[in-house]
Amino acid sequence: MPTLTDSKTLSHLKQLEAESIYIIREVAAEFKNPVMLYSVGKDSSCMVRLAQKAFHPGKIPFPLMHVDTGYKFPEMYEFRDKFVQEIGAKLIVERNEEAIAAGSSPFKYGVQKCCGLLKTQGLLDGLNKHGFDAAFGGARREEEKSRAKERVYSFRDSFGQWDPKNQRPELWDLYNSKINEGESIRVFPLSNWTELDIWLYIEMEKIPVVPIYFTHTRKIIKRKELLIPWVSHIPILPGDEVKDMRVRFRSLGCMSCTGAIQSNPEVHDLRGIIEDLISTRKSERENRIIDHGSDSSMEQKKKEGYF
Amino acid sequence: MTLDAKTLLNYEKMDLLRLTTAGSVDDGKSTLIGRLLYDSKGVFEDQLEAIRKTTQKKGGDDIDFALITDGLAAEREQGITIDVAYRYFTTAKRKFIIADTPGHEQYTRNMVTGASTADLAIILIDARNGVMVQSKRHGYIAKLLGIPHIVVAINKMDLVDFKQDVFEKIKSDYEAFFKELSGEHPGRSSVQDLVFIPISALKGDNVTVKSAATPWYSGKALLDHLETVEIARDRNLDDFRFPVQLVLRPNPDYRGFAGKIASGIARKGQKIISLPSGVTSTIKAIDTFEGEVDEAVPPMSVTLRLSNEIDISRGDMLIYPGNESRCQNRFEAYLCWMVKEPLMLKDKYLLKLATAEVKAMVLRIRWVRDMKTLDKMSTQALTLNDIALVEFQTLKPICFDPYARNRATGSFILMDELNNNTVAAGMIVE
Repeated sequence: MPTLTDSKTLSHLKQLEAESIYIIREVAAEFKNPVMLYSVGKDSSCMVRLAQKAFHPGKIPFPLMHVDTGYKFPEMYEFRDKFVQEIGAKLIVERNEEAIAAGSSPFKYGVQKCCGLLKTQGLLDGLNKHGFDAAFGGARREEEKSRAKERVYSFRDSFGQWDPKNQRPELWDLYNSKINEGESIRVFPLSNWTELDIWLYIEMEKIPVVPIYFTHTRKIIKRKELLIPWVSHIPILPGDEVKDMRVRFRSLGCMSCTGAIQSNPEVHDLRGIIEDLISTRKSERENRIIDHGSDSSMEQKKKEGYF
Repeated sequence: MTLDAKTLLNYEKMDLLRLTTAGSVDDGKSTLIGRLLYDSKGVFEDQLEAIRKTTQKKGGDDIDFALITDGLAAEREQGITIDVAYRYFTTAKRKFIIADTPGHEQYTRNMVTGASTADLAIILIDARNGVMVQSKRHGYIAKLLGIPHIVVAINKMDLVDFKQDVFEKIKSDYEAFFKELSGEHPGRSSVQDLVFIPISALKGDNVTVKSAATPWYSGKALLDHLETVEIARDRNLDDFRFPVQLVLRPNPDYRGFAGKIASGIARKGQKIISLPSGVTSTIKAIDTFEGEVDEAVPPMSVTLRLSNEIDISRGDMLIYPGNESRCQNRFEAYLCWMVKEPLMLKDKYLLKLATAEVKAMVLRIRWVRDMKTLDKMSTQALTLNDIALVEFQTLKPICFDPYARNRATGSFILMDELNNNTVAAGMIVE
């Protein structure tokens, strides 16, 4: 009879890892045409590593899809292409070319509409174009209050919309993959991870991340409390201050809508990020301009089809 | 103990506790969770600032902790919570996942959901009210779902002047009620400890630190208990069960069976039987991304290679000889019905148990619980939030263990074949 020892208890990170791998394998087994949404950030990096683990020694059996807006950081594009090539994954890049050609930007249309066109519509068009029936996303429940109520398997109707009042019950680790033609499931294998778990795992697994999570010098537009990374298409307003600063980013998105944080103390390694995370008391989405629309802007976006 | 950079050096040894909370809004459940998150730094400054503003708008002066767990716009409009929310916090000892279940409508469905993955349940009782029917209902569901550890947090002790006799009366009433329940689900997953803690979620007494107001209470503060309660022994390490998720064939020389170890310990060199076919083989290797390992424990996700080519596919279950699951097409199960459309006898549903799926129907409803009185009643149909003991028939035999012996291989969901919804959760008796 086996005896119980401490070595037979998995650490919280190993338990989270095991759960995520299980979810990723369930999807591969039960759906015809899954895709993994890849947004180049830290959560995506983790999710892709978990997918590699799930199918080892084989390759990831589904493509990664980056819904691009054209407004991401140059460092992100560079990292994306190198990372995907290194792990031998198949990458699909989808853009809402029509909206991009029409000059969509947060300055022309406002943040909400720009996001709706470039991100949500770009995503829905991409999913439709390839006929994906399941799409993995790296969202975590801890991130935002509407995400706290999200399922691991999030059912979406044929318009990709989320109905928070009418979600399928989800019990144990028994996920319901049943859908009719045209409907789809968004799958969140990192549901139970926190930002701290992500960084600890990246450190433990030595997972590469975009270097601008670390302190670097960058031209910044200082607008009241916000530090907006300078790029030529962002209009300078009266009162703005443009200067080189030592900054880093806590989460990554479009340049025009992602605030930097002043990096003091300087952070040059993962341990530094982790220590800073424990001592800072601000949520990671605070510098995401995108969430500031209204008290429930994320909930609204999700209802419209955002992941 | 709050987390800092020094204590974090330990993170490789930190484990994970999943808990669920039961209680209505009036019992102070949101306040308790808000305080746990706040005191363990699970709430950020910018979120807190927003909460402060809202509290002031509503005419309060300090922080309304209940607002920390505030939910969807649809809920704020109606002033109620409609769904399970998951919350996270970490201390120097453990990571915690809270399944926060609302206290009002659809209570049973939501609590069953939250309880299904929980190691521990906190049941809140308002010290002024004593043991009400809903506290019994919470205890009943916690026990039915096989939650091994239960904490009864007797809240609002400040409103009864922290009187010991109030606490003792509730404690003995609840213990007596729990004894009556002992008939359901005896076995491994029955409640292992029932702990009572006098608290004031609002004032913080005995939540994260022990209170000077209860010198007569010799137990731990709630957070201390959550950090130290022994959960490693809850896992079933005796009965090896490996539901096959998918077959990995990256090249002609490699054939591996991917899955999560549901229970027991996988060991290299062990003889196995594949159910339901009954064919036998031996574990040749246990593969992980990091390389081969000699043994693997639950809940690890691994890939097993076997010594000979046998026909195994998703839905099959690997077990060890001499310790077998049952494979039957008739069994009895507790069923929690989760949708408005009623269960009708002999309607066909799709049943998912571990990785297996089979068509199933209910032949007979033995009884249904009246959730107000907890009495057993007879009925011909089940409706939303009903909990019943029913007799199942499946189209093909399905392999399982009694839920009391094995939560992972004794639980199932039912799905509607037409609208695809998840309509019920089940726990097999035998």
